[in-house]
Amino acid sequence: MAVNARTIADDEFFFGHKACAGCGGSLAVRAALKVLGPNAVAALPAGCMSAVGFNFPQLSFANNAMITPFAATASVLTGIEVGLRAQGKKPDDCTVVGFAGDGGTADIGIQALSGAIDRNDDVLYICYDNEAYMNTGIQKSSLTPFGAKTTTTPVGANARGCLTQKKNLFEIVAAHGIPYAATASVGYLNDFIRKVERARDIEGTRYIHVIAPCPTGWGRAEDEMVDMAKDIVDCGLWYLAEYEGEQLSGQPGGRFHLSRNPKEFGSVEAYLRSQGRFKALTDEDIAVVEAARDAKWEVMQREWQG
Amino acid sequence: MKRFLSGDEALAEGVRLARPQVISAYPITPQTVVVERLSEMVEDGSLAAEYVHVESEHSALSCAIGASATGARTFTATSSQGLLYMAECLTYASGGRFPIVMMNANRATALPWNIYGDQRDSLALLDHGWIQVYAENNQEALDLALMAYAVAEDPAVRTPVMVNLDGFALTHTYETVDVPAPEQADAFLPPYDGVGNRFDFDHPTNIGYSAGPEYNRYYKYWEHRDMMNAPAVIERVEARFAAVFGRRYSGMIETVACDDADFIIVTLGSTAGLVRSVIEQLRAEGVRVGLVRIRYLRPMPSALVVEALRGAKAVGVLEQDISFGAEGTVCTNVDAALHQAGVMMPTYNFVGGLGGDDISEAQVAGIFRVLQQAAEGADVPRVSFLGIDSPADVLGAEGGR
Repeated sequence: MAVNARTIADDEFFFGHKACAGCGGSLAVRAALKVLGPNAVAALPAGCMSAVGFNFPQLSFANNAMITPFAATASVLTGIEVGLRAQGKKPDDCTVVGFAGDGGTADIGIQALSGAIDRNDDVLYICYDNEAYMNTGIQKSSLTPFGAKTTTTPVGANARGCLTQKKNLFEIVAAHGIPYAATASVGYLNDFIRKVERARDIEGTRYIHVIAPCPTGWGRAEDEMVDMAKDIVDCGLWYLAEYEGEQLSGQPGGRFHLSRNPKEFGSVEAYLRSQGRFKALTDEDIAVVEAARDAKWEVMQREWQG
Repeated sequence: MKRFLSGDEALAEGVRLARPQVISAYPITPQTVVVERLSEMVEDGSLAAEYVHVESEHSALSCAIGASATGARTFTATSSQGLLYMAECLTYASGGRFPIVMMNANRATALPWNIYGDQRDSLALLDHGWIQVYAENNQEALDLALMAYAVAEDPAVRTPVMVNLDGFALTHTYETVDVPAPEQADAFLPPYDGVGNRFDFDHPTNIGYSAGPEYNRYYKYWEHRDMMNAPAVIERVEARFAAVFGRRYSGMIETVACDDADFIIVTLGSTAGLVRSVIEQLRAEGVRVGLVRIRYLRPMPSALVVEALRGAKAVGVLEQDISFGAEGTVCTNVDAALHQAGVMMPTYNFVGGLGGDDISEAQVAGIFRVLQQAAEGADVPRVSFLGIDSPADVLGAEGGR
């Protein structure tokens, strides 16, 4: 049965935690676990979701869940999956799922993630991307976008925030020949839920990269976070897409596909100017960001269609 | 069945008999042969385990942690820089009370890069909550692989165990080893029953959470308390082992000729074999010398060490380790044990065998002679390096180098 806003389970598996109001990450975890159900086993490294969810005696996961070393989300997932399988006690509807932030995934955890994909371990890895190390107080990660002010990419006379571009982790993951990968945003929750459901039913390694805004780090109000997660998609600085590996697509090298292909984009300038973290960007900087967006979309629309 | 095996191979045979369900494998010299043999055993069906080709030592141990959290019996192996690379995972494993067994091939730590044996790797991680045991020979390596699971999984202990083999001196040296039949091993080691510390689909649980200042001390206290339960469990496990296999081990430490010894060397691992032969020679000359081989350095067998040393005129701690700016870690632990017991006794630290350097019989004999001279009032340095500045060299047959 297709899961959507009307049919999604009333059961809650992530509650009573200490996440900030408006937290995009907690919304992603909550929604994903509703799709995956009570027999999901979750592993979370250091990061916001483990910091807010695993405070003894207030343990916030209603399903089996554990903390992992920071760099070890994927390798612990592997261990859980093979451990259950080796003992013949993995339920049919058990998804072994990881929830790691952008730093935990694209920086310190990328080696273990790459290893798990190489082995094609039967695990689902969900990266909730709030575009910086938010749990430690907003430091730059390799998924922090150009121009964003963080506490380690200050704005001053000599630098205007983050000087690097956001690492393209979705395509890095896809380049492994993974069975299934997708991008999503908590602003398009139905799309995210549908992708989690799809990933749930695929064997092998699956990866979902979901944009999950952080009110504290992005400098906007708590009740604007879902709108922000929509805006980043609508203005084209994030995109909703899927990669189906060779087996799923039946095509050598697999197939990329845009889940959403807007006829026209919202304003990049409006999106950036609405957030405290991008205050230092000049008009010229914004023009550069917009040009990079157009170049990326030109490729995606040409090659990821159909 | 008697077989001619290297230490790595003997250890792998012991692991096969222990029937781990998950093995996470990553190569590093001089451990590599262990994971090679295990892969062959999985391939030929003599070991039914999930064999995971992890991409690093950090993932080797974290994968074992994930598997252990499901209740699976797990094994991994490493050495030197690999052990240091996975170091943060050691505390996750011990704090999470996962009874993982890991073999460590004792090897020098960089820089300079060096693949040969010394014990700076495991001794640097003595405080990470793992039981540490050191094998003297290949038979003991095989037997420890089996006994380590029995100790680690005991509900009163529930603590991971690191089985240490001296790099090359044991890992790559062949000896005749008695390999027990699988039925015997099964009679000795029941399957792991991880009640209370594993995922449960009927009663889902959160494992490995955070505990703030008001709770943390209890977890750390329990970790300490339960490791202190290990000696009694080790005694029971060794008694059962002797009943099943007919080989009896001596518990936390082994003593040789200590009862009337004036001069005693304390050491770990394969070096003990060398000291034994020197003791035989010197005893024949009428010199009363003895050996304390520490088998388990964690938990620290303080009282046993003190009892073995009591009455000696001088003690030499011979170790393949130096804690720079202080002394060898084993020596610090021996001194602390003596101090705690209120036993005053001169101890001298002899640092040798670093980076695979040979320790010679002449040097060991030299150590005993230095201890003798120290007892007679000679001025002997507290810490000295064999082959560099140790009076044991000058007085030994080599006459220094």
